[in-house]
Amino acid sequence: MASEAVDGAAPRRVGVVARALGHRGVLIGLTLFGAIVLVALFADWIAPHDPVRNNFRYRLGAPNAIHWLGTDRFGRDILSRIIHGTRVSLRIGLMVVAATGIIGALLGALAGYFRAADGPIMRVMDGLMAFPGILLAVSLAAALGPSETNAAIALSVAYTPRTARIARAAVLVVREMEYVEAARALGAGHLHILARHILPNSLTPLVVQCTYIFALSILAEAVLSFIGVGPPPPTPSLGGVIADGRDYMLEAPWISLFPGLMIAITVLGLNLLGDGLRDVLDPRMKVEMR
Amino acid sequence: MLRYTLGRLASAIPVLFVVSLVSFAIIALVPGDMASEMAGPSATAEELQRLRVQLGLDKPILQRMLEWYGALLRGDLGESVLLRRSVTEAILERLPVTLGLTFLALFFSIIFGVLAGMVAAVRPNSWTDQGVMALALIGLSLPDFWLGLVFIWAFAVQLGWLPTGGYVPFGENPIGWLRSMAMPATALALTQMGLLARMTRASMLDVLRQDYVRTARAKGLPGWVVVFRHAGANVLVPIITVAGVSVGILLGGAVVIEQVFSLPGVGRLIIGAIQRRDYPVIQGGLLLTATIFVLVNLAVDLLYAAVDPRVRYGK
Repeated sequence: MASEAVDGAAPRRVGVVARALGHRGVLIGLTLFGAIVLVALFADWIAPHDPVRNNFRYRLGAPNAIHWLGTDRFGRDILSRIIHGTRVSLRIGLMVVAATGIIGALLGALAGYFRAADGPIMRVMDGLMAFPGILLAVSLAAALGPSETNAAIALSVAYTPRTARIARAAVLVVREMEYVEAARALGAGHLHILARHILPNSLTPLVVQCTYIFALSILAEAVLSFIGVGPPPPTPSLGGVIADGRDYMLEAPWISLFPGLMIAITVLGLNLLGDGLRDVLDPRMKVEMR
Repeated sequence: MLRYTLGRLASAIPVLFVVSLVSFAIIALVPGDMASEMAGPSATAEELQRLRVQLGLDKPILQRMLEWYGALLRGDLGESVLLRRSVTEAILERLPVTLGLTFLALFFSIIFGVLAGMVAAVRPNSWTDQGVMALALIGLSLPDFWLGLVFIWAFAVQLGWLPTGGYVPFGENPIGWLRSMAMPATALALTQMGLLARMTRASMLDVLRQDYVRTARAKGLPGWVVVFRHAGANVLVPIITVAGVSVGILLGGAVVIEQVFSLPGVGRLIIGAIQRRDYPVIQGGLLLTATIFVLVNLAVDLLYAAVDPRVRYGK
């Protein structure tokens, strides 16, 4: 897909937004993800039923005209639970992206800019990176207790080392730029240089990484809920709905199958968006950065 | 090579220290009274007190930490409250299941991922390339534990080809082992397969642009010789690196997949411990998995320093 970004090798300066919107991957990803965001935003209007209302007359009902995607063991409407679950997933994903983006950028900037801070900060990040992310998040979420915020905190701790590493790498490059030297020669302080010159110019790879972290968080949130350390029931969460259907794969496979598809579509949209942004913003970056 | 090895070994020490600190802290930071949460609401005052003493909660945190490190150096991870036995033993007993699953999945993802990446790179932007890359992208967007459930539904429930779960030790019956591992390992491998395919394609495209590849082609060597001998060898280094990272992700994924397929591995031990608040087991499980991951990456680094002299002398 890298070729599209180079297309035409325009002598005119075309805006980043315009270039991004001309990229096929970005367009498809944005459409998919945008649709999901709309579903989540307007969940109350779109969902045909109350996601937490039991209806024992329709236990384990197959998909039909009233319950399009069937019902679970309490007779709750699967489609409505998926729609509301998407909202929970996106909310957690957004919290994780905000936290890892901001904290990672700060830690990375400190480590990349101040030599003395580099060792300690990055050793801690290496230590956190040494855990399989999902295992660290599951244990942390369990220790903190099941809730939406705690799930977001647990995932943020697991994924901050990624953003910190990427921010640091970018800062290390930008730090050596002539305009930074110029600012220093003019007598600018460290804080001013970091905030006005270094951070704004190091953000590109971080933005791409945050898209991937959003995707990872949605997958990981599903795992947390599946294991039972995510948002507590009866909150509809996508992983939770999959877990609900686990014991009914024989008689009611729709309970688990459909929420997984919703996760896959959301994550696919975000991955396409991330790949596209990477192509548009910096064609030289490679797949490795995930 | 000796200097590189020693340097690399030394750099693993602070990482392992942070790992142990985090493993300890996660449990020490549990809000509320850990003992009453573990014992449940029906516990008497004496039972609670006994549990507190057993967990060392009656001592100040610094002393607890020092004692924990002391025991750790002797290979003692404490006692499981639920299983009433040593955490180290309980984990070691289940480790073969988890490692078997992880490495079978790694094997699948390397074989199919690398092959798919090479096929895609040979004709960039062709239909084959776009198709393979679309599949890779879909693969890495699917939740692996959900895919496991889908496999169970399709291959065990509908078609009846494979068992829905359960474990057969390799030593007892290798074929039975493979049958019990086929679905979990494939579900687990798919994400990494996608990543490796993309990675292989990217580095392959890089290598195929190199002068020596053009020279090889100009000499009139057949296409497959160029792809496998000249380009293949140089694609190996980035692939080994990614495979090292994959081990960690697969280990984490295995924890969840074991749950789906009822495999008696470390993951099920840890998840069981999480659900019943058996903190020493969670602590020990975390520490051990992270240590395995650090050691694997150490081995990977040494391996490609051995393969590629540039790594040894660079930086």
